[in-house]
Amino acid sequence: MDVSFAITGKGYVIIAADTTAARSIIKMKSDEDKIKVLSPHLLMAYSGEPGDTVQFAEFIERNIRLYHIRNPHPLRPQSAASWIRRSLADSIRSRRPYAVNLLVGGYDPAEHAPHLYWMDYLGTMAEVPFAAHGYGAYFALSLLDRYHDPEANLEEGIATLKKCIDEVAQRLVVAPGKYKVKVVDKDGVREIEL
Amino acid sequence: MSIMQMNGGSVIAMVGKDCVAIASDLRLGNQSLGISSKFEKIFPMTDRVYVGLPGLATDVTTLHQQFRYRLNMYTIKEEREIEPETFAHLVSSTLYEKRFGPYFIEPVIAGLQKTPSGDLKPYIAATDLIGCLNFAKDFVVAGTASDKLFGVAEGLWEPDLEPEDLFETIAQTLLNAVDRDAYSGWGAVVYVLTKDKVIKRELKGRMD
Repeated sequence: MDVSFAITGKGYVIIAADTTAARSIIKMKSDEDKIKVLSPHLLMAYSGEPGDTVQFAEFIERNIRLYHIRNPHPLRPQSAASWIRRSLADSIRSRRPYAVNLLVGGYDPAEHAPHLYWMDYLGTMAEVPFAAHGYGAYFALSLLDRYHDPEANLEEGIATLKKCIDEVAQRLVVAPGKYKVKVVDKDGVREIEL
Repeated sequence: MSIMQMNGGSVIAMVGKDCVAIASDLRLGNQSLGISSKFEKIFPMTDRVYVGLPGLATDVTTLHQQFRYRLNMYTIKEEREIEPETFAHLVSSTLYEKRFGPYFIEPVIAGLQKTPSGDLKPYIAATDLIGCLNFAKDFVVAGTASDKLFGVAEGLWEPDLEPEDLFETIAQTLLNAVDRDAYSGWGAVVYVLTKDKVIKRELKGRMD
């Protein structure tokens, strides 16, 4: 039931994920942070099987951190995404695969460009201008086909994101109430309030 | 839901006069939901060997990386670039290695093979997901629109097409076949390999 969106714009990536932690029909928590900060310029939104999600996200988080400690520089978004994909692809053919879907967004300070990767639990990866996971994807993707602008500034990007959230709130029966939104750009990662 | 149809996508290769062409669509989907319209399935292995990998998208990436690795090892050990026919057997054995837990990919190989006299002969081949090689003299198809591709290609292809005519034939075959398949389409890419150059063209298709 998780919903997550991500959009790129002129020099930034915005990632939004709902904040509910549910177990069957019960809402256990409504302020869960489902977006991990992997490195100074890298974000990852995760969703899927409860239990697997946090376990896998922490595994990724710590390995990316380890790379950052061992090397004088963090992994670039392309390389990090490639490594994360490989982890999922190896996992799907193991005895107990992780059922985790991801949106990996980052800003590459070397080429001054934002990157966004859509990934699913099978290890499918695609670099995209905008992406979504969960039931929200069915509403948000068609909306973003119409309104997404790769040259939009941050204010315009946030306005587009709000359109997605409003559309999901209006049309989806199991729409989440709250979202956490994080931005990554040349200045690094920060959380914003809508 | 079949795992081979999960992400969609189709590839076709054709033989011409001293040239070959390989083409694919650009769709990546999750069942009926379109995710990306820039998902390339054809990869250059050397300057005159190209491989198309339609099927499960996770395995498209995994196999591409696997082939790149094995090809680099081959090039270092042999101190020369691989020939299309050798590469086809490399593909075949890589897939058969996973006979009882296969990669869900049906590769298509297109290239120009060096003959003992020194000139280049067109080579195309395809395999099934466990590496059974199918070497054809005219065209090979694979992917979710393979049945449609067979039909259109059977009608349009003729022997000894020049590079520009071959391009037109393969492009029209692909475009018209994927329009009848919900899981393929969203743009296309065509490579035409000739003696002295490789032409890559990106085509606009119906975006619905």
